Formats: sequence, C-alpha cells, structure tokens
Amino acid sequence: MASHRVTPALQRVLFTWQHVAWKSRCCAVASHAKYSTVYDPAEKTFDKILIANRGEIACRVMKTCKKMGIKTVAVHSDVDSSAVHVKMADEAVCVGPAPTNKSYLNMDAILEAARQTGAQAVHPGYGFLSENKEFARRLAAHGVTFIGPDTHAIQAMGDKIESKLIAKKAKVNTIPGFDGVVKDAEEAVRIAGEIGYPVMIKASAGGGGKGMRIAWNDEETREGFRFSSQEAASSFGDDRLLIEKFIDNPRHIEIQVLADKHGNALWLNERECSIQRRNQKVVEEAPSTFLDPETRCAMGEQAVSLAKAVQYSSAGTVEFLVDSKKNFYFLEMNTRLQVEHPITECITGLDLVQQMIRVAKGYPLQHRQADIPINGWAIESRVYAEDPYKSFGLPSIGRLSQYQEPVNIPAVRVDSGIQEGSDISIYYDPMISKLVTYGSTRAEALQRMEEALDNYVIRGVTHNIPLLREIITHPRFVSGDISTKFLQEVYPEGFKGHQLSDSERWELLATAVALFVAAQLRSQRFLGNLRVSSSQQEQRRWELSVELEKGVHAVTVSRSGSTYAVDLDGKRVDVSSEWNLASALLPVTVNGTQRTVQCLSRSASGEIDLQYLGTSYKLRVLSKLAAALNKHMPEKVPEDTSSILRSPMPGSVVAVSVKAGDTVAEGQEICVIEAMKMQNSMTAAKTAKVKSVHCNAGDTVGEGDLLVELE
Amino acid sequence: MAALKVVRSGSRLLNGFQSLLNNPRKVTCGVAATVTKHPRWYCVSHLSVQERIERKRKAALSGGGQQRIEAQHRRGKLTARERVELLLDPDSFVEYDMFVEHRCSDFGMEADHNKYPGDSVVTGQGRINGRLVYVFSQDFTVFGGSLSGAHAQKICKIMDQAMMVGAPVIGLNDSGGARIQEGVESLAGYADIFLRNVMASGVIPQISLIMGPCAGGAVYSPALTDFTFMVKDTSYLFITGPDVVKSVTNEDVTQEELGGAKTHTAVSGVAHKAFENDIDALLNLREFFNFLPLSNKDSAPITECHDPSDRLVPGLDTVVPLETTKAYDMLDIIHGIADEREFFEIMPNYAKNIVVGFARMNGRTVGIVGNQPKVASGCLDINSSVKGARFVRFCDAFNIPIITFVDVPGFLPGTAQEYGGIIRHGAKLLFAFAEATVPKITVITRKAYGGAYDVMSSKHLRGDVNYAWPSAEVAVMGAKGAVQIIFRGKENQAEAEAEYVEKFANPFPAAVRGFVDDIIQPSMTRKRICRDLEVLASKKQANPWKKHANIPL
Repeated sequence: MASHRVTPALQRVLFTWQHVAWKSRCCAVASHAKYSTVYDPAEKTFDKILIANRGEIACRVMKTCKKMGIKTVAVHSDVDSSAVHVKMADEAVCVGPAPTNKSYLNMDAILEAARQTGAQAVHPGYGFLSENKEFARRLAAHGVTFIGPDTHAIQAMGDKIESKLIAKKAKVNTIPGFDGVVKDAEEAVRIAGEIGYPVMIKASAGGGGKGMRIAWNDEETREGFRFSSQEAASSFGDDRLLIEKFIDNPRHIEIQVLADKHGNALWLNERECSIQRRNQKVVEEAPSTFLDPETRCAMGEQAVSLAKAVQYSSAGTVEFLVDSKKNFYFLEMNTRLQVEHPITECITGLDLVQQMIRVAKGYPLQHRQADIPINGWAIESRVYAEDPYKSFGLPSIGRLSQYQEPVNIPAVRVDSGIQEGSDISIYYDPMISKLVTYGSTRAEALQRMEEALDNYVIRGVTHNIPLLREIITHPRFVSGDISTKFLQEVYPEGFKGHQLSDSERWELLATAVALFVAAQLRSQRFLGNLRVSSSQQEQRRWELSVELEKGVHAVTVSRSGSTYAVDLDGKRVDVSSEWNLASALLPVTVNGTQRTVQCLSRSASGEIDLQYLGTSYKLRVLSKLAAALNKHMPEKVPEDTSSILRSPMPGSVVAVSVKAGDTVAEGQEICVIEAMKMQNSMTAAKTAKVKSVHCNAGDTVGEGDLLVELE
Repeated sequence: MAALKVVRSGSRLLNGFQSLLNNPRKVTCGVAATVTKHPRWYCVSHLSVQERIERKRKAALSGGGQQRIEAQHRRGKLTARERVELLLDPDSFVEYDMFVEHRCSDFGMEADHNKYPGDSVVTGQGRINGRLVYVFSQDFTVFGGSLSGAHAQKICKIMDQAMMVGAPVIGLNDSGGARIQEGVESLAGYADIFLRNVMASGVIPQISLIMGPCAGGAVYSPALTDFTFMVKDTSYLFITGPDVVKSVTNEDVTQEELGGAKTHTAVSGVAHKAFENDIDALLNLREFFNFLPLSNKDSAPITECHDPSDRLVPGLDTVVPLETTKAYDMLDIIHGIADEREFFEIMPNYAKNIVVGFARMNGRTVGIVGNQPKVASGCLDINSSVKGARFVRFCDAFNIPIITFVDVPGFLPGTAQEYGGIIRHGAKLLFAFAEATVPKITVITRKAYGGAYDVMSSKHLRGDVNYAWPSAEVAVMGAKGAVQIIFRGKENQAEAEAEYVEKFANPFPAAVRGFVDDIIQPSMTRKRICRDLEVLASKKQANPWKKHANIPL
C-alpha cells in the first residue's frame, strides 16, 4: 500500500512538470483548475474503452482515456460521421441513422461495435444508455465491463418509487409524497389532493428535469399527467409516474459520491444547481454559498449511507432539495457521471472519469474522506444553442459558421464536442459547451466567467450567452440569494436581454460610432493606387447620428491616433482600440474601462450589430446628412403575425388538435411540437376560425415554418 | 421663397416686358416693380453678370421648386441633388452644365416658367472614398425627369470625358421617359447615350441605379450598362406600362408586378440587386464601388486588409456532407474564404443555382462564381449560364481575378431547357470562361460531371490553378448512370457501381492527369488562393487579334 501511495505522488509531480513544459502559457492555477489525471502505469485498467455517447461528454471521457494510455472507440450516427468525438477516437463505428433510438440508443449495434473492436469496457457518459440496466446487463453477458454502478444499483435508484423507499430505510430525509403507479388523470388528481398542492409530477424512470411538471390545481394535474406520461412513454418506454409534495422556493443542491467495489464510499462535496429553467440546469457552482460545514457534512453522510445501502460503486450523484431553513430532502440519485461534474473536479482536483475507470476495474479508492478538499470556487455555465428570449431558451439549430472558445483566459475550462463548421441539429441536445471558470474565491471565478462569456465567439446559431451573462452578474446571484425559482422571479415577464444604464448606453453608442468611423477610414485606404486624389486630406471631424432602440443621438467624432473622442449628448467618451476590423472580438477601452465587444455584423448602410455585456444590440450610424434625409424614407410595414402560427423552433409535430374551419379560443392548444424531447403546446393567440392547417402529425418543421393560419 | 421670386423676375427681364406683363400676379416684390418703369438697357447694366450667375445657380439648385421637391419626398424618394450628395464624398462633387437649358420652342415650352437652369438632370464628377467617378442624376422634379436633347447632351458630355480619363459612370435614373414636346430630338438623345454606353462597355465600369420610373426606350441605357440596381417599391423598369399592356394583350398587371424590383431581380434577371430605399441603395453603391477598378487600364483595387491571408478555415473541412446527394450552402464556403466573410452577391435572387459576386482576398478584389448545391443541385441551366457568363466577362474586362467553386452535376435536362436553347446559352458560359485572360483559380469541392466540368473554368479552358478537395468527383457522370450505360443489361449492377465509385468518384483520375494541380485540405483553401493570387498578379495572356469575338448570343 505504502509503495502505491508514493508512486501516484511522484506521478503527479511528473505530470505537472510535463504539463507546464508543454503549455508554458498554462499557469499552475489553470492546470489545477481543470483536474489532474494521476496516471500510474503499473495500475493496469483497460486496453480499450468504447464510449457509448456523443458530443462533449464523449470527448471528455476520451481525454482521460488518452492520459491513461487507453485506446478509445467512438460510436456515432451517420450524421455525426465527422463529429469531433469521432475524430478524437482511435477507432469509430457507425451504429445507425440520426434518430437516437436508431443509433445512440441502439444496444444491439453498440454491443456489436464493442465486440468488433475488442473494447473491454464501455463508458456510457450521461443520458442515452447511461442509466439503462438492460444495457449494463447485456454488456456483462458479453464480458464487457460497464463503467458505472452494478445493475441492481441502477435499477434501485433508477426507479423513483423504489429509490425513495431505500432512501427512507437508509435514514435519508425524504419528501412526503405518493409512492405508487398512477393509472389515469383522475387518480393523479386524487393523489395530488391527498398530498396537498403544489405537487410535482414526473416519470418514474426519467432522470433530470425531463418529464417533470408542477401542478397547482386539478386542471394542471390532469395536463401534467398527460404530458408527463406521454414523454415518459416516448423517452423511456415506461409510463409510470411519481407525484409528490412540491417544496416551494427550494434550492437544488447535490452531493457527488464516489464508491468502489470494496464497500468504500466518499462524498466529494456539493454542487449548487438551483439556476434552472423548465427544471433543467443552466448555471451550477461548487461549493454552494448556502451550506455550512455541518449541513454539508450531514448531506454528505446521508448520501454515502444511501450509496452504501445499494452497494453502489462508481461515481454517482445524490440530489437534494434544500429549503430556506437548510432542511434537505432526498430527491433522486443519478447513477452516472453528471453533466456538471467538472466543477467538482475543479475544487477537489480529482479526475472523476479516471476514478470511474479505476473503480470499474475493481481497484479500491485512493482517497479518504479527509483527503477531499474544497479548493477555491468553480462555476459552470451551460452554453446552449437556444433562443433565451423565448421562455428562457427554445432550441435553435444551424451551422457554427464561426466558433472560438475563450481558452486563452486563465482558469477557464471548456468541455465541448463541436468545432467551427459543426452542425447543431434537431436530433440531439442543443448544448454547445460547458464553460467552467475557476478562482481562488467565488468573486474571482465570477469575474473570469464574465470575461470568458464576453470572449466566446459563437456565430451561426442563436445562443444563450445573453442570459448566462445576466445571471452571473445579477446582484441576487452575486450575493448567493438564489432558488430554483430564480429565473421566474427575476424575469417575471420573460428574459428581455441586458437593460442598459445611462453610462452603459453612452459607452455602447460611442463604441459603435468609433467603429463606424474606423471602418469608413479604412475603406478609403487603397494600397498602391496612384489615382487617389493627392490633394485629399483625411477627414478630421465627423458629424454623425447614431440610432439605438428608436432613440437617435447626434454625435461628433474626432480622431487622434487610434483613439476616437466621441461627443454625445454633451458627454465626451473616448474609445480606443487596435481596430482590427476582421476579428470577431473587438477589445476596446472606453473612458479607461477595458471591455471586449463583439461586432456581429456591419452593413454598408450603417447598421452595426454589437454584442455588448452579453446582449446583442442593433445600432445604426449615419452621416448627419443621411440621417436628416432618412425621415423621407418610407416605413415598410411588417407582416401581421396575430393570425398566423409559426413554429418557434425546429422540431417535429406530435399532434395537431384543430382542422380548417374549427373555431379556437384564445389560448387553446392548436398543436404540439416536440424538440429535443420536450413537448411544447402551441396555442392560439386570439379567438378565431382556423383558415388553414399547414402541418400534419409526424412532420418535421423548421423555425419560422407556418403551422396554422387563423382568419 | 423670396430668393426664388427674385430669380424668376430676373430671368423675365431678359425677355423684355412682354412676359412680365403677361404675368401680372408675379409683380409683387419691390425690385421688380421699380424695374418695370425703366428701359431695358438700364436693367442689364444694373444687374451685374455676377448676380445673374447667382440667380441661375440658385434656380438650378432648387430643381423643379419646393412643391415638387416635397412631392418627391412624399413618394419616399430623394431629390437628384440629395442623391448625388449622399453618393459622393462630402464636398467632392464638381457639377457640369448647370446653365444648360432645353431648346424646345413648341407647345409653350419656350416660356420662361418652363425653363430650368440645368434642365432635368444633374451631371458632374466627384469622388467615392477618394476615387474618381462621373455621375448623372435625373431630376424628377423638372418635367418628371424627362429626357430632352439638352438632358441627353449633358449625359453624353460626362460619358465622353469619363472614357477619356478612365473613370466609371454611375447613372441615377428617375425619369418619366422622353420629352414628348421635343419629339425626335429626345429620341436622338437616347440613341446618343446608347452609343456611348456601347462604346464605354468594357472600357469603364458603368452602373445604373434605378430610383424611380424608367420606361420605354429609356430602359435600354441601364440594360447596356454593367450593373443595374433598383430601389424596392419606388422604381420601375418596363418597355410599356400597365395601360398599354392592358390595351394590347388584355393583361391586368400592376406597375410593381410588371417592372418592380422584385420582378427584375427574381424573374427577369434584368436587375442585379435591389435595395430597401434611396439611402440604403446609395450607401451600398459606395461599398460596391470600392470593388471596381476605375477602368480597363487599371488593376482591381487593393484595400487595407486586417484578415490574415494565411488564416485556416476549419469549418470548411466539414462543410461538404458525406452523402453525395445531400445539399450544402456554397455561400458557407465563400464566406469562409473571403476577407472578413464579406461577399457582395450579384443577382442573389435570380438563377440561384449559381452564385456570383465580389469579394476580397487579402484586400484584392476577386470575382467569385460558384455552383449552389442548395438550389436545383447546383446544375447549370439557361438562366444560370447567362448569369454566370455575364459576370465572368465583366471580371475579365476589368482585370478582376476569377475564383470558381465547382459542384455541378451537369446541365439540366428536359424539353423546357432544350426548347429554350440551353445549348446556345450554356455555350455563353463556356465562351466566357474560355476567353478570359485574368487569373483564374478553380476549386472543385464535390461533383464536376460531364460537360459542365469542362465549362466551369477547367484546366482545359486555361485555368491557372485548379484544385480539388478530397471530396471531389471528376467524372463523366454519377456512378449509377455510368454503370447503367457501361454494363447495360448485365447483372451485378451494384458491384459495378461500387467499382465505378472506387475508380472515379474521387479526385485521383483528374489529379493523375494533371487536370487538377493539387488536392488540398479544404481548411487550407483561403491560404492557397491568397498565395496564388499574389503569384498570378503579374499574369500576362493575350487572345489572338480579332475585331471582336462572336459569342453565341
């Protein structure tokens, strides 16, 4: 044992040294912020591992495999043939067409791929087959190691009803609720009545927030039952539901556990995941600002006792709801690697994937509970291809025409499985990446997150950076005053983007104007052209007009070197920059404050779209003359949209509830669109007669496609 | 208003008392009233030439008068002078012929109130981003912008000078048509302009921006120029208006449907692009002008460029889908390689199966031609051939290197195409690429099948540098069709197909013969092209002497 302990320590030193040598820019903090894979060549695990997943998590697992000297096998659908995870793997096997049930959920094909490539173990990542006991069982039957817990632990924790019974037995705090199978909507209403509103309804078999709905009355219970059971059936092939007391204003705090096959189990501290929309996490951090050491320890110990009760091995997560009095209730246990695992790695320094692989091979844990530190603070933002202005995020699709991760900033970790040119398709989760920043304090981590979000270049798809940046800079978030209701409470009318203060507005206007002049000046610079008037002098002063959100401001600009002095409503704003007009990032210094602004587009007619403080703003800069004449330009009438229903996102039509000639009431359901496994009910904007229906159940629709026309 | 009245009374004096007496309501201001008491010689000496000049100038600057200017604005249109001012650099406009007046004496046109200094067009020269340009701007507020002999003469004058000094001509068209009162003189004026349009063709770039009506014979001047742009909702181009159409063919059609911007940019292909309004159009025209050389003796301009010429474009490595039947957007490739993703597309809504337009590579203007797999599989048909051919010839005439992206499954089959003369029209594109002597760089991104492969700036048509991406397939046709012919009636078609794919559906058959110079990684394309353009900048190639070639029109 003693010699074993020395070797990893030596390895750690060697690793750190090499790492620094390879990437001299990567400072010690940065490498620590990630995780250290302490690879002991004497400790044999597997020669080859198949990763039964795609995207960032497949890449994440492969990174550790490579460090451990393990060969990797990727599986992929046909549309993913040139995906990053495929390129990264040593071998790749196509397991079917794009739809997940034919590829990434296709057990036969994946088992065949494992056999064909001689993979000794399979890492399932998260989602897909990661919590599928049948998959684990069949792998075992083929003599392939499943990198995760044993089948019975998956089964016990995968079933929400059974898991609660086990939790109770293991003396874990649980929420009052109904542990049973719900037959129909009326039974759901009766059970909800017994528990008392509000209640939460979800699929027994489902993990995460998927299929979870909250009902405050009988009507919503019926609707929730209908949706949840449908989703449960389509996603899990199992329509059992769970109804339980809904805890108002809770925080979602989870404990990472790690257990081996020798009865050892550790808790690796908590992750605070309260910032959610539609019960899906958006921003996570570790540790939580809310927990005191006693509560943390109590939660950790309960989590470990639950893990031990099911002879858990591998990494797992025990989710709790914590109320304002620090009472905590067991929610569920996820028997897999969690999406947000990087923040735990940041503060503990452990490589969870490596630990999972070691445990799967049967090695005992290397650490004791006392060895598990909380070093600094880590924040994770989930960057999604989503339109945050539509119910905090509806999926968007497209091709990443430009993509640049902010990895040049120290202590930033980006877990992604895409690159410039990748397609975000309707078939899979629209996550672009997990952006993780680390700092010795929370303030430092938040500061870096702000910087990282400003320097993240994503073009070609709509993304949720505006929302992420608003969350992490919101005073309530900064002070740690959050709950799972944060978004609804802070943005009751829906997210509207950053609201500019006066000084921010001046900064933004001045930046746009300076950029305009810089571009104008450049378009007058011809190389080697002798036919430009020799008597012409560069203009020194510009009288311009800039428009933002219907407000028009007259400005004058003068230049000295690379600094533009902008006179705006009686204020003087100095803007300087290198004015590299080709770069997606525009670092500017405005009145001494440094910022990174992104120029999203610039047109000949003076339109400039800037991403400033995360939000994109449409500005228009015109010469004084053009602005004066602009009043004569006819206004173009936009299309009347109240009588047409368009698809808000790409997806497939699940059901159409109306036909031409029907009369619909305002708010009545017209059709249901499913995208990324979420069912969205589309309702009528007004009471009217249906003129025509342009979609059928089963159709695939794109964003903006006409669905139904009303009269 | 007062100034205007003084001007009027001044001009009246030149014609003696008669007209003044005929117009008693105008005798309101003190000066005029005093003047009437004195003989003519007194007036002339009293009003110095300088003052008369000033009055004429003021009159010229106010065009058809305040009321008509306001009417023009109400239509959402700017005046001729406002347009010139927006188009050119501040204070750079030098006006010619401000004192020219029409010479018509019929139908009361000789009356003073029917004479406007400068007549119905503003002409001159100025600068766009410091570079010389000649401009005429028709003034709708003066006789509806109609074309008189004097009007035509003014245009001809600047065109003649533009050709002599070698600078482009931009016409801002806003004219009701011929000055009917002048009869044949007006027609002669049109013809004088047409002749100059033809003579200037290929010598200096000519651009027309239609900013109001342009009907009848007038349409042929824009049609002869290199580019015709339109303003949405306020500009029309047609041979005959809706009324005549109704009486001749009994068709009911609106002006907009018959000759609006949408019709000409999407259906007829007469116009190359449309803009939202006058300001949008003029500002875009400034941007567009920066792509063009001043004349056929000048090289294409090179602007300061911040985009590294050796920039890798990783997105291009995945842009071509693995399935050869799946479409992708050629614009993704063009935006990827161009400086700052900037591409000024010409005819974006017409014959969309081919993409043409201007971009810059390391600051240097280039013309880009690309098959568009997204529309009709990127095949060549009548309209796309003509669109491509005209663009290629413009580039060749004005020393603009041509970069061609090829993904073409062939020419579009069918009776509609054959009856329409695809053979004749397809030959235009072939002709244009073959005769071009500017640097020609070609990148085969995927399919290059059959005759269409030859046409698309192939090595055989003097392509200077021809590249293939690894996804390129240079072959007579697709595997399926080929196998059906080679192995007609034989079994094992699937096996033969696989063999054909193995043999021909890749860049090697072309590469081993030297028909492509290299097989390159897509992400390297920008770097390679920038380097080639630098090498080819000094390219010299001449066609045999001829009066002119005989392109299959």
